[in-house]
Amino acid sequence: MTAADPFQINSLQIDGAGIRFTNIEKRYGGLFALRRVSLDVAEGECVALAGRNGSGKTTLLRIAAKLVRPSSGEVQYTWQGDQDCATPRTGFVAHATMVYDELTAEENLLLFARLLGIDAPAVLVDRLLDEVGLAERRASLVRTFSRGMRQRVAIARALLQQPQILLLDEPSTGLDPEGVAWLANTLRKLHDAGCTLLMSLHGESPISALATRAVRLDSGAIVADARGAADIRGILAFAGA
Amino acid sequence: MPLLANTAVLLGKELRTEFRSRELLMTTVIFILMVIVLFSFTFDPTSAESRRFGAGLLWLAFLFAASLMLQPCFLREQNNDTLSALRLAVSDPFAILLAKLAANTLFLLLTELLMLPVFAVLYNVPVLPVFGQLLLVFFLGSLGVSVAGTALSAISAQARMRELLLPLLLLPLLTPVLVASTQVTASLLDVAPFVQWKGVGFLAVFDIVFLTALWLFGEYLLEE
Repeated sequence: MTAADPFQINSLQIDGAGIRFTNIEKRYGGLFALRRVSLDVAEGECVALAGRNGSGKTTLLRIAAKLVRPSSGEVQYTWQGDQDCATPRTGFVAHATMVYDELTAEENLLLFARLLGIDAPAVLVDRLLDEVGLAERRASLVRTFSRGMRQRVAIARALLQQPQILLLDEPSTGLDPEGVAWLANTLRKLHDAGCTLLMSLHGESPISALATRAVRLDSGAIVADARGAADIRGILAFAGA
Repeated sequence: MPLLANTAVLLGKELRTEFRSRELLMTTVIFILMVIVLFSFTFDPTSAESRRFGAGLLWLAFLFAASLMLQPCFLREQNNDTLSALRLAVSDPFAILLAKLAANTLFLLLTELLMLPVFAVLYNVPVLPVFGQLLLVFFLGSLGVSVAGTALSAISAQARMRELLLPLLLLPLLTPVLVASTQVTASLLDVAPFVQWKGVGFLAVFDIVFLTALWLFGEYLLEE
């Protein structure tokens, strides 16, 4: 799969990628957001990060996206395919939508596609708008969208470069049950295609059913790490309590 | 070149969002217009009087208008955390700053050019004979204001009391630009107009030094 191919989620084949966090610490003044976090996310894994508000999930995801520099420790990426880039192709769906309200859905996606250097961006954007169910609202300004529709644009933006690693920070925020089911289905297809998923979640949902592993953070430290279905449910249920 | 290509794409976005909302242009045009009109009533705008005070008045209005314009430059990117999306998308973060800088310079220059005829009429100062030279000073001055202002806007956007911080940092830093621009403009509005090349040279050097600093350290300004 190359970044130039038009996006067809059902026929995607994504080169695998993994992330290794080693002794990551993040301090804001005297406050520890993360304490010596070491986590090895293997290629093709779907890891759910759980924990109460302020436990460090978002910080860890932003460090993985290289948006935040850790105070100490190291983040390493392993990936197949094009090794000329410094990191694998990484998509990020954050709490905020990360799209412009003053631009239309199509303009937003075209903007980011052009910045990413994607060939024939218009074709890809057409497919993605179709994929996220916004083809008919392509020419509407994002500020006229509901929260759920904005989230769909945000997800389309994150999928522009067919990410090898997809980071999601509470991705179901603002989505109605139908939207959550659609997102779970989309993520399942991406995961099946080989995309590595690292996502923060609150409690159980159709999305959490995708997790092949769950990690619970508490006060910036990893306090539980499980792979079995029952243990994953236990961690997510505990975190969502 | 990815840097220039990304800058062009981002500049297009800045222009599109601004011409759609007209927030910055409207604010600055109205501000400068108010200053020019109000001051035209405070003293008798004879030609000689205007030649003495006009340049300083004009640049003070430009500077304060610029501080209004620069304030939302990076704040806008914080609404939906779009700055993070840009940082993830561009290969060189300097493209983000370069596009903001180009857009700010363009908006400021456009405002100045719109206000120049109003100033000329209200203050009875002929500007047409020296329009080319004025354009050069306006460009160099606006570039200086925008380079320093874009950098400080990026810094202050992440700080508490950001509305206060930007003008506090910006105005002292831009005093040399204000002085040089005023002197060169005043020499151009003189009865016997001439170009004060020393001032023009100073503005050019200021722009180059700050642009280089922005290129070297810009990446750190955008970090969280």
